[in-house]
Amino acid sequence: MTREELQAMAQKEQEKRKAFSCRLLVCYSTPCISSGAEGVRKALVDAVKARNLDAEIDVTCTGCVGPCSRGPLVTVRRAGQEDVIYENVTPEFAVQILAKHALGNEVLTSNVLPKDLPFFAKQLKVVLANSASIDPESLESYVGAGGYTALLKVLEDMTPEQVVDEIKKSGLRGRGGGGFPTGLKWDLVRKAKGDKKYLVANGDEGDPGAYMDRTTMESDPFLVLEGMAIAAYAVGADQGFIYVRAEYPLAAERLRKAIKMAEKAEILGNHIFGSNFNFHIDIRFGAGAFVCGEETALLTSVMGRRGQPYPRPPFPANSGLWGCPTLINNVETFGNIAPIINRGGDWYAGIGTEKSKGTKIFALAGEINNTGLIEVPMGITLREVVFDIGGGIPKGAGFKAAQTGGPSGGCIPAAYLDTPIDYENLAALGSIMGSGGLVIMNDRSCMVDVARFFMDFCRDESCGKCVPCRVGTSQMLRILEKICNGSAVMDDLEKLQEMGKMVQDTSLCGLGFTSPNPVLSTLRYFREEYEAHIRERRCPVGVCQIKEVPLAELMKELPRRIREAAKS
Amino acid sequence: MSAENTEDKGLEYIRQGTGTADAKATGAALKRQAEELAKIGAEKKGGAAEKAKPAGDSPYVQVDRTLKRCQYSQDALIEVLHSAQETFGFLSDDTMKYVAHELKLPPSWVYGVATFYHFFNLKPQGEHTCTVCMGTACFVKRAGDIVEALEKEFDVKAGETTADGKLSINIARCLGNCGLAPMIILDGEVHARQTPESMLDQCKKLVKG
Ligand SMILES: Cc1cc2nc3c(=O)[nH]c(=O)nc-3n(C[C@H](O)[C@H](O)[C@H](O)COP(=O)(O)O)c2cc1C
Ligand code: SF4
Ligand code: SF4
Ligand code: FES
Ligand code: FES
Repeated sequence: MTREELQAMAQKEQEKRKAFSCRLLVCYSTPCISSGAEGVRKALVDAVKARNLDAEIDVTCTGCVGPCSRGPLVTVRRAGQEDVIYENVTPEFAVQILAKHALGNEVLTSNVLPKDLPFFAKQLKVVLANSASIDPESLESYVGAGGYTALLKVLEDMTPEQVVDEIKKSGLRGRGGGGFPTGLKWDLVRKAKGDKKYLVANGDEGDPGAYMDRTTMESDPFLVLEGMAIAAYAVGADQGFIYVRAEYPLAAERLRKAIKMAEKAEILGNHIFGSNFNFHIDIRFGAGAFVCGEETALLTSVMGRRGQPYPRPPFPANSGLWGCPTLINNVETFGNIAPIINRGGDWYAGIGTEKSKGTKIFALAGEINNTGLIEVPMGITLREVVFDIGGGIPKGAGFKAAQTGGPSGGCIPAAYLDTPIDYENLAALGSIMGSGGLVIMNDRSCMVDVARFFMDFCRDESCGKCVPCRVGTSQMLRILEKICNGSAVMDDLEKLQEMGKMVQDTSLCGLGFTSPNPVLSTLRYFREEYEAHIRERRCPVGVCQIKEVPLAELMKELPRRIREAAKS
Repeated sequence: MSAENTEDKGLEYIRQGTGTADAKATGAALKRQAEELAKIGAEKKGGAAEKAKPAGDSPYVQVDRTLKRCQYSQDALIEVLHSAQETFGFLSDDTMKYVAHELKLPPSWVYGVATFYHFFNLKPQGEHTCTVCMGTACFVKRAGDIVEALEKEFDVKAGETTADGKLSINIARCLGNCGLAPMIILDGEVHARQTPESMLDQCKKLVKG
């Protein structure tokens, strides 16, 4: 493809869209599909066909709009008018939308998502900018929205150094959890010695309770591919891999289609845009191991082995896949690249806080009214996220804690709701930014039980390579279980803390050294709950079944049990 | 990597290790094993494979196709196992031996990979499978109650199959649809926002029907 051909494709697509009097956009990402979007799509397509409206009305499946709990969503877009979004659409209702709104230009009275919903007002979409309006399975749709201009610009006008400098200028930091400056990482890989370099997009998203990466890949797969291609050009890689979880078949399918289409259009493969730049992308599947999100484990998994981490250095930037320099970034990080190149590093650096630039996607889940996917500027407060965007806690319950960073993160209590969200602030609170999972808990969640849940997760997911993590997580889980069933003593709390520090200090990889975070952060903010379990032998919210007694009291307990058994 | 399927290439791959002392040591041991395996294979002309392969039509057509597509590259082990599990529903010893032989990897290597990843089942699954998400969001929304109810009703532990082989109950760690927790996948179909009652109803219907 050439510059002219790309422009022609974009123009043709835009004209095609203009020709329709009305466009119906069906949200078609996993959450909406699971609430029935397929039926809605089919009803609309059939109705349009039956009435011979193909030339007038367009029905397009798009990526995620955001408020997933209100799905299925249908957006009505007419030229010169503001979009109207309908929520909880059934196939029957969809046909009504077609008949009344699309044809008669009469906005229906029910199921309309209020325009001034704070859910949308406080968001700033960069990565997900096109998510709700383009068809993820069409290259034309992406190009029509300005796609691939960034790659073209890079190949025509920029040297690899200039690309790296632009990313450095933007202040972008890795969105996979660690927050390592992306420009710096690219520079390391670019300068690393080696004839062959690789590039890997991390789409493993093991954090339970988070689905930002899934949605990014499902909603705008070409954006990820374009970002990867730009990165490959900047660091000098010619082969890339996208590592996708096996649990995400739709994301993999859309990526596969996107790769095929891009290859056919010759914007992926050899001599991209007629230049000397070659870049190929393959998909690799995960198989359900959380630790494979860790970069060294991910590399071994890409090579088809047991996904166990190995000690760094050597860092992947110097010795990664098959011993070659390898760049690893999260898929959301790659999603930020094209917008930065198009609009400039300075523009991006203007968003966010001093040390954390740009926007971040969060997956809102748990006990909150508007669950879904949001993209907000860094520095927004938790309160705004939970109470404005999220619409507060359902059924009049109170906010208790926000869990960020998944099993590597911590629980943030109500007292810190006004903290601006950025990498440093969250770390200071004993949590981490993580990949963007944000699970809200109400006052009916027991924090000890939550800590036990995460510890069980880490014990299960520990790869077993190093002792502090393999044995430490088991031991910590055992103590937490004792607290939950009532057989713990106060000493156990000290032991828990000590062991947590030890595991943090001595584990080999991030899974181990962050695994005590949920325990330590709940101990820090909700210590009274732990103490209530032990001292008063009760679970303040009634989640844990306190049936056992501490070992020392077993002699007193036994006769009572025998009497009870005899009675029944 | 477009490795040709020559033994040298394969062994070279093992030799490279992951660049750490520990991995190299493992690599050396594995290399020895692989050499031996290759020798046996060459002598008997697919001895192990013949044992693994039942007579008649090979059930491994799908697996073979994946093997070919990946050019018998040892790096493609996970992909090959995915395709095997897709075909058979689980990975039997014979299947793993077959894959090991075809990729010229020691069986222990294949077994090690298959057991490392949760996604691979080494035991056959029931007629129906019910996968309950127990990720954070689903946990907060009480997916645990659903698991408990199912375990009680069908007298089976999570991760196992009922005695009559009708229903397997599995636990997943986040299915990536956390906004609609609790999430359940019943025979490949996604069910969002479930309760213990609604799940019991549906599972009972399936098992009876
Ligand atoms: C236990 C563990 C799990 C991780 N899981 C993920 C993940 O699911 N997705 C991801 O992108 N990064 C994950 N990471 C971070 C990666 O190791 C790596 O830092 C990241 O992919 C680098 O990309 P970035 O610089 O764009 O953030 C994980 C790290 C650890 C220690
Ligand atoms: S810290 Fe845990 S997951 Fe990481 S290498 Fe050690 S045992 Fe494996
Ligand atoms: S069987 Fe495995 S863990 Fe046990 S001694 Fe041998 S190598 Fe070590
Ligand atoms: S999938 Fe439809 S709003 Fe998220
Ligand atoms: S936690 Fe259940 S779908 Fe994510």
